[in-house]
Amino acid sequence: MKRSQFWDHVILVLGALFMLVPVVYALMTSSHDAVSIYKEGLQLSPGGHFVDTYKQVLTEAGGFTKSVTGLTMLWNSLVLGLGFAFGKIIISMLAAYAIVYFRFPLGTFFFWIIFSTLLLPLEVRILPSYEIVQGLGMANTYSGLIIPLIASATGTFYFRQFFKSVPDELVEAARIDGAGPLKFFIDILVPLSKTMIAAIFIIMFVFGWNQYLWPTLITTDESLFTLVRGMKQILQVWIGAQIPDTNQAMALAVLAMLPPVLIVVIFQSWFVKGLVESEK
Amino acid sequence: MAGIQLNTLRKIYAGNVEAVKGISIDIKDGEFIVLVGPSGCGKSTLLRMVAGLETITDGELFIGDRLVNNVEPADRDIAMVFQNYALYPHMTVYGNLAYGLKNRSIPKDEIEKRVRKAAEILEIGDFLDRRPRQLSGGQRQRVAMGRAIVREPAAFLFDEPLSNLDAKLRVQMRMEIKKLQKELGTTSLYVTHDQLEAMTLADRLVVLSGGVVEQIGSPIDVYEKPASTFVATFIGSPAMNLLPLAKSGNEWKLDNGANVDVKLNTDLSDLILGVRPEDLVIEELSEKFDTGLHTALTVHVVEPVGAESYVHGTIGEGSVDVVVRAPGKLHFEPGQILKVTAKPEKLHTFDTKSGKRIELEGALETA
Repeated sequence: MKRSQFWDHVILVLGALFMLVPVVYALMTSSHDAVSIYKEGLQLSPGGHFVDTYKQVLTEAGGFTKSVTGLTMLWNSLVLGLGFAFGKIIISMLAAYAIVYFRFPLGTFFFWIIFSTLLLPLEVRILPSYEIVQGLGMANTYSGLIIPLIASATGTFYFRQFFKSVPDELVEAARIDGAGPLKFFIDILVPLSKTMIAAIFIIMFVFGWNQYLWPTLITTDESLFTLVRGMKQILQVWIGAQIPDTNQAMALAVLAMLPPVLIVVIFQSWFVKGLVESEK
Repeated sequence: MAGIQLNTLRKIYAGNVEAVKGISIDIKDGEFIVLVGPSGCGKSTLLRMVAGLETITDGELFIGDRLVNNVEPADRDIAMVFQNYALYPHMTVYGNLAYGLKNRSIPKDEIEKRVRKAAEILEIGDFLDRRPRQLSGGQRQRVAMGRAIVREPAAFLFDEPLSNLDAKLRVQMRMEIKKLQKELGTTSLYVTHDQLEAMTLADRLVVLSGGVVEQIGSPIDVYEKPASTFVATFIGSPAMNLLPLAKSGNEWKLDNGANVDVKLNTDLSDLILGVRPEDLVIEELSEKFDTGLHTALTVHVVEPVGAESYVHGTIGEGSVDVVVRAPGKLHFEPGQILKVTAKPEKLHTFDTKSGKRIELEGALETA
């Protein structure tokens, strides 16, 4: 092995450890019981309570009102993640379609307006957004959780760039073949964007799944809690002399990590394809 | 099936750029018309106006008896073959051929029948289940043609369909397009910048330049009687030699003062004399004749292409490049003086200012 290769590997291994050790900590710790963790700290070796902990976390109702289980939270997260990703894809594809293929007054201007909202993340507009959603009576609903988040400058920009790279002749051929705007979009553009959609879906699903601030703000009803938000609830149970259920929190963390990891692993070839090449 | 009539069609783009300046062509039913010209001459714009992909600023366009100025491309009863094929990449070959028919709500078994028939004509029957990217350039080209054929339109429009193919395939597809067009008898409008393609395919050629028609005629007519210096140099390869001559006493001289021995019965004091490279014959190889053109050129470059050699030279000291098409086996040295001659009936004359052809009826002295 050449020297440079050796160091390459050292750096890679260190990097991998840096990323993985916390995950291993969480996984191992979640298989111990709360008392031993309280006494001995975080664990790196497997304990004997793996099944117990996960069963408890998934099925036993927790929180203040005892109305939410891990499974409910998992479901809520899934609804948020999927709704967020699909919502963003649909909205940004339609927006990009309008911007690229239709000439309307101030089209470019609107594109730049949309684009400039990249500079205004949710955190900046969180109070007015909350006010509006609250005013519309959408607090503590799935739609309140999802809809305010789905306008996407990034997605619009991606699809705009992609649509612009689709040859004009394709549009013209479709026009001569008698495909109107809607038919062209559904029959030609959407299938062509498949890999692109997959890539955006992955990014957006993970992004939606990991949302913390907005769900925290908009859901006060525990039955609507997402995993990422619910996890905190468990560690907060410091009432009286009770020992915090660190094992359960870790189990939830592991559960929260799992779906995004799975999505990325399963779709990674599509993901790479969507970002580097396109079927044209 | 139908003819196409273009009545003083105009296209003015935003910014007042006039790309097509009042072009009229009367295309008969079943005719193969080729629009040819250099890039930017408006030929593609004109084709796209016929297709309905560009709006018509002014003038009238009839397909059959129908005025179609404001008719959608899909309803004009035309089919178009694009330069880069424009196949739908996510559909199979079958899907590509069937898509236009499906959109017209043609029954499934009829679609099937038409696609099979077109596939058979074009010999793409074995590829119907493949995607375009699994096909070679030539096969894609056939699929693009198939998409036009299945529609059974009143007219085919071709937008430089062969320019993405390699030279050998281009020649082959050229012949096939011609054969196919004759078999189907469908009116066709074909755009190309390749004069050879234009010559070989066309029933009639339309030579365009700067948004106006320079000449319309059969390929041979255009070749033998070019209407202007533009047509003369554009059609034919190597291009026609053009010698700007001025009368000085009884003799015709180039602007560098070199004498050109030619007898022209005209009152004009200056004109442009045109002669094709193959009509310039090396004097030693030719029968003797006194009339016509006699001159000598200094050889600069020789391009041997096998069967023949293109000998580039100048008459006198100057920049007027003259090309002679000489038999391939002869040997030429740069700097050598070469005496060449041309028969009187092979000479063309053009007006110096307008570049338009001047017919000197009986003026070119024949022996």
